[in-house]
Amino acid sequence: MGLTLRLSRVIPDCRSCPLYRFNGCVDNTAGSQRRGSFDNLRTINRHLQTSICLYQAEEGSSNAEDPDDVVNVVYIDRSGKRIPVKAKVGDNILYLAHKHGIDLEGACEASLACSTCHVYVNSAHFDKLPEPEEREDDMLDMAPMLQENSRLGCQIILTPDLDGIELTLPKVTRNFYVDGHVPKPH
Amino acid sequence: IGWSGKAFLSTSCCPKVCIVGSGPAGFYTAQHLIKARQDVEVDIYERLPVPFGLVRFGVAPDHPEVKNVINTFTQTAKHSRCSFYGNVNVGKDVTVGELQQAYHAVVLSYGAEGNRRVGVPGEDLRGVYSAKDFVGWYNGMPSCRELSPDLSCETAVILGQGNVALDVARILLSPLDALKKTDITQPALEALAESQVRKVLIVGRRGPMQVACTIKELREMVNLPGTRPEMVAADFEGVPEALKDLPRPRKRLTELLMKTAVEVPGDKELERRKNATKIWGFRFYRSPTEIFADPSHSRTAGIRLAVNRLEGSGERAQAVLTGEVEDVSCGLVISSIGYKSLPIDPSVPFDSRRAIVPNSVGRVHQAAGLYCSGWLKTGPTGVIATTMNNSFDTARSLLEDVDSGTLDISTGKPGSQIVSMLLEERGVKPVTFSDWEKIDSLEMRKGEACGKPREKLLTVEEMLKILHL
Repeated sequence: MGLTLRLSRVIPDCRSCPLYRFNGCVDNTAGSQRRGSFDNLRTINRHLQTSICLYQAEEGSSNAEDPDDVVNVVYIDRSGKRIPVKAKVGDNILYLAHKHGIDLEGACEASLACSTCHVYVNSAHFDKLPEPEEREDDMLDMAPMLQENSRLGCQIILTPDLDGIELTLPKVTRNFYVDGHVPKPH
Repeated sequence: IGWSGKAFLSTSCCPKVCIVGSGPAGFYTAQHLIKARQDVEVDIYERLPVPFGLVRFGVAPDHPEVKNVINTFTQTAKHSRCSFYGNVNVGKDVTVGELQQAYHAVVLSYGAEGNRRVGVPGEDLRGVYSAKDFVGWYNGMPSCRELSPDLSCETAVILGQGNVALDVARILLSPLDALKKTDITQPALEALAESQVRKVLIVGRRGPMQVACTIKELREMVNLPGTRPEMVAADFEGVPEALKDLPRPRKRLTELLMKTAVEVPGDKELERRKNATKIWGFRFYRSPTEIFADPSHSRTAGIRLAVNRLEGSGERAQAVLTGEVEDVSCGLVISSIGYKSLPIDPSVPFDSRRAIVPNSVGRVHQAAGLYCSGWLKTGPTGVIATTMNNSFDTARSLLEDVDSGTLDISTGKPGSQIVSMLLEERGVKPVTFSDWEKIDSLEMRKGEACGKPREKLLTVEEMLKILHL
């Protein structure tokens, strides 16, 4: 079977879905002014189209996992705790973090209008990432504690050669949980 | 088997926290508290019937992505342990003292609603406005509705070189077609359609390496259709040599500024500039000393600027008067030199010199159970991300205090029950979050009719009327 179904891609690729083309998809409301394509991701469950929009299947549907698709990712949270995550090619680092309850904010919802998803990328993988576009660099300039290996999480899309990538959340605030307390996802 | 007397004798109460202000500071503080403990209940009080503070009234209409954060705030507001009470003026309808009695902790996050005055003669002439009021006007802030700025002049001078100054410049010079598709208010759109402003000078007392704006906003000016930059090359003396030692953000910003001001552009850009009908530029090393009235005294005619030189370099460089002055004709002066927090209640400590509530990591000095977050805590600078970190810090301080027992949650507190009673006695009608959602839907429907994301309601009366309050 030549068709690989990306069942847990966090970014819905709506262009090929018949509902998008005929304006039948509730996630593509006419008159929406926002150009970021991720604005309705939080409502992804409510608008789940079972047989047609296969791209929006949620976590837990691991029955069609293709091992070649798996990318191992490690998040290092603000208290230094390592959180390994099994992700898929095409996953977006910001939304992957949300899916796993990791404390990475995405205030502007991946539209390159803030720097709240700022992460440090481990050196072994940093150079494998495509160069940031100018707009990402502009927003990175605003991030506190900018380092050479800083990137915006919402702009990192997983590819097979990023297997093993480690993303460290900057300790941007003056105090943070040192006792290992993990804030619950909201 | 031993049992903790405390656990049996007093029902371990859920901590009840009250937050004053529903802008980014209020919401990010609430978000962090609710996420951290399953038993915290948060009530957010807001003076206006509508939430979100500067995200609604400060962020420029042509920056809709920045407003996406409203979705995060909406999630928080709709959380079972969070309640929103709009149309409640803390300090007037209910005192901070009463809130402290009703809740285990009170977090002040009401931001900065005042202006820093320039402090020169002529500041109160018609044609002179604070950027805060001008921005509030085009963003539909009810208190700025009557501003009716006079845009019937060719030159506008903006004092200050931060992002707010650039927002004002950009809105003054943007092609109307671009603005028509935003949530800018209808009266502002109409006024801008009639505007005769063709030249905007953005004036700062120091040099190019001290501008407070950031690169995204500068790039927007550089790329603004129909406009061309006009600056003084001599202002950039010494800058190329200093570039290599600058940290990355300042370096990239200065490089772009210099390129725009000094470099001879390529043919395509030259052509574009030739066809531009509007001009903008930074003017450096200038401080205002007086604003002049026109002979009939009815409006502004010009501004006197003292010429400075710099002592020192980098962020700490100081502007020093040289004795020279320069007069600039203009009919519009917009001062964008900073917002300012105001004291809310005599019982709350306030540092009038710095215009903040004195605190350590968000814990208000000499006031147990009182915290602050956002601009009220640190002063009015920073973007939403800065305020987010700042608010998380305050929330963490509060949680630490609960854990350590400094903040006593052993006795239950009535929270909103008693406050609602007080408000009812006083004839105050709080607006709930679902009430706001009705206003939100109405604004979006009205906007759809004219190709805008929303058409904002412009008065508190209108807002309360549609809610039948």
